[in-house]
Amino acid sequence: MTRPERAARTWRKPPFIANPLLRYGLLMGLVAYLVWAFGSLPFNWERIGEGLPRAGRIFGGGFPPSFERYDLLLTGFKESLQIAVLATLLGVMLSVPFAVMAARNISPMPVYLLGRAVIIVSRSFHPVIVAILFVAAVGFGPLAGVLTLTLYSIGFVGKLLAEEIEEIDWGQVEAIRAAGGGFLVTLVYAVFPQVLPRQVGLSMYQLDSNLRASAVVGIVGAGGIGGTLMNAFGRYDYAFAFAILLVIIAVILVSEGVSGWVRKRIW
Amino acid sequence: MLEIANLIKRYGQDEPVLKGLDLVVEDNSVVAIVGASGAGKSTMLRCINRLVEPSSGSIRLNGTELVALRGAALRRARRKIGMVFQGFNLIDRLTVMENVLAGRLGYVSLFQAVTRRFPAEDIDRAFALMERVGIAHYANKRADELSGGERQRVGVVRALMQEPEVLLADEPTASLDPRTSEQIMMLLQSLASELSLPVLINIHNVAQAKAYTERIVGLRHGTMIFDGVPAEFDKAALEAIYGGIEAPDDELTAAPAGIASGEES
Repeated sequence: MTRPERAARTWRKPPFIANPLLRYGLLMGLVAYLVWAFGSLPFNWERIGEGLPRAGRIFGGGFPPSFERYDLLLTGFKESLQIAVLATLLGVMLSVPFAVMAARNISPMPVYLLGRAVIIVSRSFHPVIVAILFVAAVGFGPLAGVLTLTLYSIGFVGKLLAEEIEEIDWGQVEAIRAAGGGFLVTLVYAVFPQVLPRQVGLSMYQLDSNLRASAVVGIVGAGGIGGTLMNAFGRYDYAFAFAILLVIIAVILVSEGVSGWVRKRIW
Repeated sequence: MLEIANLIKRYGQDEPVLKGLDLVVEDNSVVAIVGASGAGKSTMLRCINRLVEPSSGSIRLNGTELVALRGAALRRARRKIGMVFQGFNLIDRLTVMENVLAGRLGYVSLFQAVTRRFPAEDIDRAFALMERVGIAHYANKRADELSGGERQRVGVVRALMQEPEVLLADEPTASLDPRTSEQIMMLLQSLASELSLPVLINIHNVAQAKAYTERIVGLRHGTMIFDGVPAEFDKAALEAIYGGIEAPDDELTAAPAGIASGEES
């Protein structure tokens, strides 16, 4: 078998950024930034050197984790769970009207802008900042936590649900309108059934997320296991703190498993 | 009786889609509306139940002017206009029965609709109609579990649940296989005479239009250029409606040459 005399053809993947000047320029810029950032930020290497053994001591003190004060742990977790479930229920319920308002295809412009504004405001601050505000407003304790996470849930679920509503099959809406259905009837029959699986999935995800966040907002005084964790650290009771962390991980794992299972089943 | 007079629809400043359409449909007659894609068939049908807002003109159903209606009055008028869609437009995640009862949503209260507590006579009527078209045993199945033909039957029953005074069918058979689409056309034809309803059917299939309807209306570029009984619908009429517009069939016959004729539609 002879092949025609010809150089073997070659092929290379085209570069992601076609312009070589831009490609290498960006790379250079990145390197320059890293050098500048590490050079100018006040990293105190001496202090870091001292801190490492201390970190070792903390971790060492955490082993073995101590479940001796399990009643405290249980109380804290019960409160966190209550906060998370309550906030998820409230947030998911309240997110529905705001999502409907913030869906461009079913709401008139002024209502749409109002809905979007509510969602944007409730999304613009991290729950910890919101928790600090609510603790200042309603005092230490679980109420601040519930309010914080409710707002957080409205923002997140509302935004994603609104996007889901904007992508529904419009034919089903037309069919209900053609039958003489009013706005609310059309919502119930043509819109909600289409976004229901997504809303259930979002709610499960939000429960997950609220469980995690309820531990964090507890640190600033909004109730729940976060407060217990903070106290344990404050008393240098690292063994107990580690026990709390382990249980948090376990709870998150379980809730992820459950929410994944539910989301699969709802279709 | 449905009377359309001087119906005009234009989107923005574009060329009007409908240019002063006049059409009168007596009770108890089946009318096929044929025309190439973009001729305005669908727009005309949707103007009747106001899914599309007419720019001007008059549409009267049994004496009631539909074009000026708003709000609750519009919803009351829509109850009397059944519509069957090309894509069925069933609520996929609800049961067949709920889809059928959706035809009553213009009549029941919000509470009844949400809790699915429809009046007994509605349920009875639903079962009777479903039996009539052979889908009663599917009542509790989810709508998306049905085949295309079965789903369109649900669509037809939903429209009939409205106790309509006119039935609009927007390409009801275009998503179906040839056999099933024949069955649906037969069903529409026999229902029209049983319930003495005027039926308007947008359709691409000229053979079916001739076989199952009593009157054919041809649209081209938003004006009516043919109106007569199927026997009068000859080659010349077909040419007038579709001529010069590349239909898929033309492309097939021209395909071996492999070169587009350059007449882009």
